[in-house]
Amino acid sequence: MSTPFRILPRVTDRNRHFWTGGRDGELRFLRCRRCGTWVHPPAPVCPACLGDDLDVVAASGRARVATYTVNHQAWMPGPELPYVVAIVELPEQHGLRLITNLVEVDPAEVRIGMEVEVVFEAHPDDEVWIPLFRPVRGNGR
Amino acid sequence: MTPEEAVLVGERRAVISGVGQSDVGRRLFRDPLALTAQACLAAIADAGLRPADIDGLATFPGGMDTPPGFSGVGITDVQDMLRLQLSWYTGGLEMPSQLGAVVAACLAVSAGLARHVLCFRTVHEGSAQAGGGRASVTPGGGGGSFRATGFMEWTLPFAAPSAAIWVAMFARAHFDRYGTTREQLAQIALNARRNAARNPKAVYRDPMTLEDYLSVRMISEPLCLYDCDVPCDGSTAIVVSAAETAPDLRRPPLRVEAAGTAIRGRPSWDQFDDLTTMACRDAGAHLWTRTSLRPADVDVAELYDGFSFITMAWLEALGFCGPGESGSFVEGGARIALDGELPLNTNGGQLSGGRLHGFGLLHEACVQLWGEAGERQVPGRPEVAVAAAGGGPLAGALLLTR
Ligand SMILES: [Zn+2]
Repeated sequence: MSTPFRILPRVTDRNRHFWTGGRDGELRFLRCRRCGTWVHPPAPVCPACLGDDLDVVAASGRARVATYTVNHQAWMPGPELPYVVAIVELPEQHGLRLITNLVEVDPAEVRIGMEVEVVFEAHPDDEVWIPLFRPVRGNGR
Repeated sequence: MTPEEAVLVGERRAVISGVGQSDVGRRLFRDPLALTAQACLAAIADAGLRPADIDGLATFPGGMDTPPGFSGVGITDVQDMLRLQLSWYTGGLEMPSQLGAVVAACLAVSAGLARHVLCFRTVHEGSAQAGGGRASVTPGGGGGSFRATGFMEWTLPFAAPSAAIWVAMFARAHFDRYGTTREQLAQIALNARRNAARNPKAVYRDPMTLEDYLSVRMISEPLCLYDCDVPCDGSTAIVVSAAETAPDLRRPPLRVEAAGTAIRGRPSWDQFDDLTTMACRDAGAHLWTRTSLRPADVDVAELYDGFSFITMAWLEALGFCGPGESGSFVEGGARIALDGELPLNTNGGQLSGGRLHGFGLLHEACVQLWGEAGERQVPGRPEVAVAAAGGGPLAGALLLTR
């Protein structure tokens, strides 16, 4: 399967952990060593305790759909229509969220509150792994 | 609020002395600086002033080439074109909405840095996007070496370049939590179209029915085409003057009663704490801390409608109804009609009037208070108007009285 067209992020020292974690199958964030606060988007200071000792840690990769839209408009070449854009919230911390695409799901089946898990789309030539989310299947998976 | 406390509301030393607007159209293919000249000279004359009287200049977002048509005109263009001698000026993006430029002008005259500040906003998105559609505004849409940065880092890689997508997610959360329906949301678009029919400058004036709304194509669910404003070409100018200059002006100016400029939540679409409201929640609440007037005193409301749902968010943010109640508030449309309890977006807003990006709404608030709105004039000589602009992390509002 060919890698679909995507506009990729500019990878910097500040965000590299996030965009490359998928190489190891990990959804990585900054987390304060002192107070445990998860920090996203990445910033050099913990917003809770103002400490600057931030560690890169992997989240579980599980999330819940906080909200979503089924998009029908072609804003750019590439994505097959319609596609689902969602804001997902991670169980690790209230408000720890990101925008993503939901994949491996019928857009008509998406609901707020749906349990999802991360799956990465690799762009190895650009050193970027895009975190997408798909529904968590039953225990029998 | 006591009169003693009111002295601290610095924006009350400012008045709006004149407004002007260029021709407005879907695609005019005119020089945006020529449109700007038309609006600015009209506003200066409307105030009873001459260009030589203008000593301040303010704009949003300043001159910039991308996205196409978003702004082709900045401070230096207008200063040089009119050979203005300025004591103060500002132009930029990072302010409390498009109206932030007008708020800044109020503060400048209040502080004595200027006496008459010309504020302007020019768009030529209609012409600039001709042929390419709105997709032509997507940076990096052609691929190549472009890489997303800033807030776009968190949206573009997920094919979410448009505010339509971001607003749609807020609308979905509102629908889910409060039971809001498309039929309710439709009232914002239908009301705008009804009012646009009475505005000769409006871009779309043909009647629209609920059936038309429900059957038009989806953009980003639950937002359909008619939930999105229409890119256009046009320029709007507002003159903000120091209150003590009133005797020099052509007619009694409008008083700036209060501004609302707060943002307390995180400043992005995806990280804001409540996905059913926006920064307007904070700017709206802030506005009412600076006046003894109450929402029930407002006679006409011009609330940002870049997308219909943003107007719903502003209705709640400004306290016209409670959180989550905007759907039932606009149900049926009678309450927000020209002859209703709260006439809303009386010139057709941006949905049908054209995307003049906040300034068109402020212009309309002024015209209504001066009683100069012609066929669309709100009956009963309105005395208090609110103009609000911005969606997502952008929000600013002005309360005006005559
Ligand atoms: Zn900390």
